[in-house]
Amino acid sequence: MRGENTHSVRALTRIYRTGSDEVHALRGVDLDLCSGEIVALLGPSGSGKSTLLNLLGGLDRPDGGELRFRGKDLARFDGRALARYRRRHVGFVFQSYNLIPSLTARENVELACDGAERPIAAADALDLVGLRARMDHFPAQLSGGEQQRAAVARAIAKRPDLLLCDEPTGALDSQAGVQVLEVIERCSVELGAATVLVTHNGAIAAMADRVLSLVDGKLVEARRNAPRRKARDVSW
Amino acid sequence: MLPILERKLMRELRQIAGQAAAIVLVVSCAVATAAMSFGVLRSLDQARAQYYERCRFAHLFVSLQRAPEAAGEAIRRLPGVAGVQTRLAADVAIGLADTEEPIVARLLSLPERGEPEVNAMVLRQGRSVRASDASEAVVSESFAAAHGLAPGERLSVLVGGRSRELVVVGVALSPEYVYALGPGMIAPDDRRFGVLWTGRRLLESALGASGEFNELSVRVKASASLNDVSRQIEALLEPYGAADIHGRERQPSHAFLSAMFHQIAGVGRIAPAIFLLVAAFLVHTVLGRLIETQRQHIGLFKALGIGEAAIGWHYLELVLVLGVVGIALGLAAGTILGQGLTRLYAEFFHFPFLSFEHDPPSVLAACAVSIAAMAAGALRGLRAVSRLSPAVALAPPAPPGYGRTGFDRLAPRGAAGGTMRMVLRHLGRFPQRAVLTVSGLALAVALQISMLFSFDALDRMIGFYARAETRDFAVLFARPLPYVAAEEVARWPGVLKAEGWRMLPARLASGSEARVVNVTGLAHSAMLRTLLDPELAPVPVPRQGLALPRKLASLLRVSVGDSVTLQPIGSRAPVELPVARVIEQYIGLDAYMELDALNALMPGEPAISGADLAIDPRRRAEFLRGLRDNGAVAGVSERSAVLASFRNTMLRTLTLIVSFFVAFAGLAAFGIAFSGARITLSEREREFAILASLGFGAAEVGRILALETAILLALALPLGSLLGRALAWLIVQRLDTELYRVPLVVGAHTVAIAVLVVVAAALLSTWSVARHLRRMDLPAVLNARQ
Repeated sequence: MRGENTHSVRALTRIYRTGSDEVHALRGVDLDLCSGEIVALLGPSGSGKSTLLNLLGGLDRPDGGELRFRGKDLARFDGRALARYRRRHVGFVFQSYNLIPSLTARENVELACDGAERPIAAADALDLVGLRARMDHFPAQLSGGEQQRAAVARAIAKRPDLLLCDEPTGALDSQAGVQVLEVIERCSVELGAATVLVTHNGAIAAMADRVLSLVDGKLVEARRNAPRRKARDVSW
Repeated sequence: MLPILERKLMRELRQIAGQAAAIVLVVSCAVATAAMSFGVLRSLDQARAQYYERCRFAHLFVSLQRAPEAAGEAIRRLPGVAGVQTRLAADVAIGLADTEEPIVARLLSLPERGEPEVNAMVLRQGRSVRASDASEAVVSESFAAAHGLAPGERLSVLVGGRSRELVVVGVALSPEYVYALGPGMIAPDDRRFGVLWTGRRLLESALGASGEFNELSVRVKASASLNDVSRQIEALLEPYGAADIHGRERQPSHAFLSAMFHQIAGVGRIAPAIFLLVAAFLVHTVLGRLIETQRQHIGLFKALGIGEAAIGWHYLELVLVLGVVGIALGLAAGTILGQGLTRLYAEFFHFPFLSFEHDPPSVLAACAVSIAAMAAGALRGLRAVSRLSPAVALAPPAPPGYGRTGFDRLAPRGAAGGTMRMVLRHLGRFPQRAVLTVSGLALAVALQISMLFSFDALDRMIGFYARAETRDFAVLFARPLPYVAAEEVARWPGVLKAEGWRMLPARLASGSEARVVNVTGLAHSAMLRTLLDPELAPVPVPRQGLALPRKLASLLRVSVGDSVTLQPIGSRAPVELPVARVIEQYIGLDAYMELDALNALMPGEPAISGADLAIDPRRRAEFLRGLRDNGAVAGVSERSAVLASFRNTMLRTLTLIVSFFVAFAGLAAFGIAFSGARITLSEREREFAILASLGFGAAEVGRILALETAILLALALPLGSLLGRALAWLIVQRLDTELYRVPLVVGAHTVAIAVLVVVAAALLSTWSVARHLRRMDLPAVLNARQ
């Protein structure tokens, strides 16, 4: 199912400079994202997957090219505007969960909804990921899979336009990983977020509508899964 | 050793440069204050000891009304007495061509032949007087300098009711006047007070005291007991009425010097201790955090087979490097400050020779204690190093387990309370650290209050004198005069009002405690001088009995209603008097009673020995001109000049020391706040990055930091101001001597300054951390291994 085009990326470059060294992390990437679509980004480490994800999420700024969100060029946003963009439109799911340890699962979700236009109630978001019973636990009291599901609930509660998942199952065993993927899939379908899933696990890529392969900062392959596999059928 | 580890050390030092600098500065403050204080103390102490030895400074001082020289000879023959000097002394008014200010001089007789056996002077210019020539005088150096007097110049002295012309033949210093206070003065004023040494004959004829003396000083053999000798002298002088016999501890110059030494030693002991406490605190937090962040390095070192001792030493070395740099800086600063302070003291204390010298044992002790304090601060970190097993260290640390705290209720519900809850739970999770930071900041506030309050105390003391003494001038008559003399004085040009008083040196005793003080008889209706009670409310002169200063009452262990024995110097008949009132007095110890009651104790007609005057300010010059050749007047003191010299002396000495300490305390506050903020940053960088990824702006994240700082400050500031008061109280107790008392006053602006400095330090630190947040590499922090 493809909805409206949310992001359009043209000739995007990102160069990291350390002293006199230059690392070309992205060398001219073109990409379009649509709401309700799951895109998997595959590639070996250092290929630029995370860089592209950070640029899409407004955590970083490109050195060249265009990065438009609903027609507006994110490259021209200042820090404050980028923060506003992240707050209203982007949900992140990191490999290392990144929950705030001093807040309970519910409070973590509430914090992320602060400033969102029509957020899902924190309890409902946690219900979506199957954590209603444990929503008043602190991160240290949750298992890895539970923490990651709480992180997904936090990312989706604001009804983001863009859901970015960076190796969301990287630190989990396959059973917990599948649970997390199911949640991501459900959110993408039910909430209509454009979802980008960074992984180097080819099995996971099977649940995406589209699979893009990055090598050395360039998109080398784009293919469509027709039909894509359901998350619960994924295994590794 | 491990050169690679040392390279690592140097690189890490660069990473924690800000915190390292704070530690170095605080240690250098400790070493500098210790080196400065003990160096100055040693320099002054040595200068004084050498001076006393060279001039044969007396051990016992006796003043009495009059005794024959034969009594002095008898004292010389006492076993245990090494030397005796008898002399005549009188306070006289001096006229100088260059000045209209009233000047009082202490006239001291020199022996007929040779140098004084005891209390010799040090000639700085010219020569001593010839016994045959009654018109020669040697003047004290500071007075000569204040008036540009040199040998050959002349001055007129009103002595024995007659004006005499004296020729200056020499300029000298005396160990009795290292700190030279004139009669009625509360601080040195070299323009208005000087010492003149003349031949015996001048004073003998002026006082009609041929073959007699009124002052005696005694050097006691090292083997003899001061108390025994003192008792024997007292017995020998008994026929000549009560005498004031005291040791060096009550010789004014010596006592002031000792009080100053006592203060310097106090500063030298207390201030470095406080700074080292702060340094140990900083080491504790900074090293603790460094080791926390490097647990994986430590695990790796252990896995590589590097011994625990070597790893521990590696971290200790980091601390020691900071300690050594701090010590070096501190010694350099201590030397410069010590020299400056010595120069300042040289203005107020007149030694033949005074130069700054370090006190090696104290310097060594300060260095050793500094290193020990830093090592103690490092202890917890080092223990953590040895406790880490390599397998555990190599794995990432478990996420800190948070829980609900009682403070949660303080935060508003819902998302808005989220950041507040984060802050409260963080503080509740690491209460020890919060307590340390709060105590550190409180200490910084307290330290400043304990220093700055001295200006409030000075204001209070000056205000006290302004209220207690509304006279413009006080004149001391050459001899007691009948009451009508006050009416006569009131008719002098420029005088608006005159009130007579009588002052008697007298021995007050109760039980085994006794002091010789001036007892002043004031008219019950006196307007130009007011007694103030300990709450500083004016109280009338009691019609019966004595009004005693609080300190004197406590020295004599008496209170209102008790009785004391009063024996005027020279009198053989003690009387019992009740203590009618306890009053406040900050400088000196003077007792008061009603004028008629005082006169009733003395033989002869009622008399006054001086008068307080209110004058017409427009006719001041005329008034002073009239005084110049007035044979009835032996001394004049002007209230405004007394207060001005007091204020100036105090401000000059206080400002240097206080601003120095306030700057250091501010620095310490900054160190504490800065290291606290840096640690918050390193611990919570990830949390802040998460918030940023959720779309919180830098300002919002900065607010969390600010909120945390605000909570810590809200706890630290009241605590600090209480602690500051307590420290000030301790200092006031330490300064409570017979010479002076310092009132405990902590003004609102003192607290405000201390609070502002610490708040500024905290805000600056928070700002520097917030600035760092803006530049944070979000993806790197977010994707780092937890």
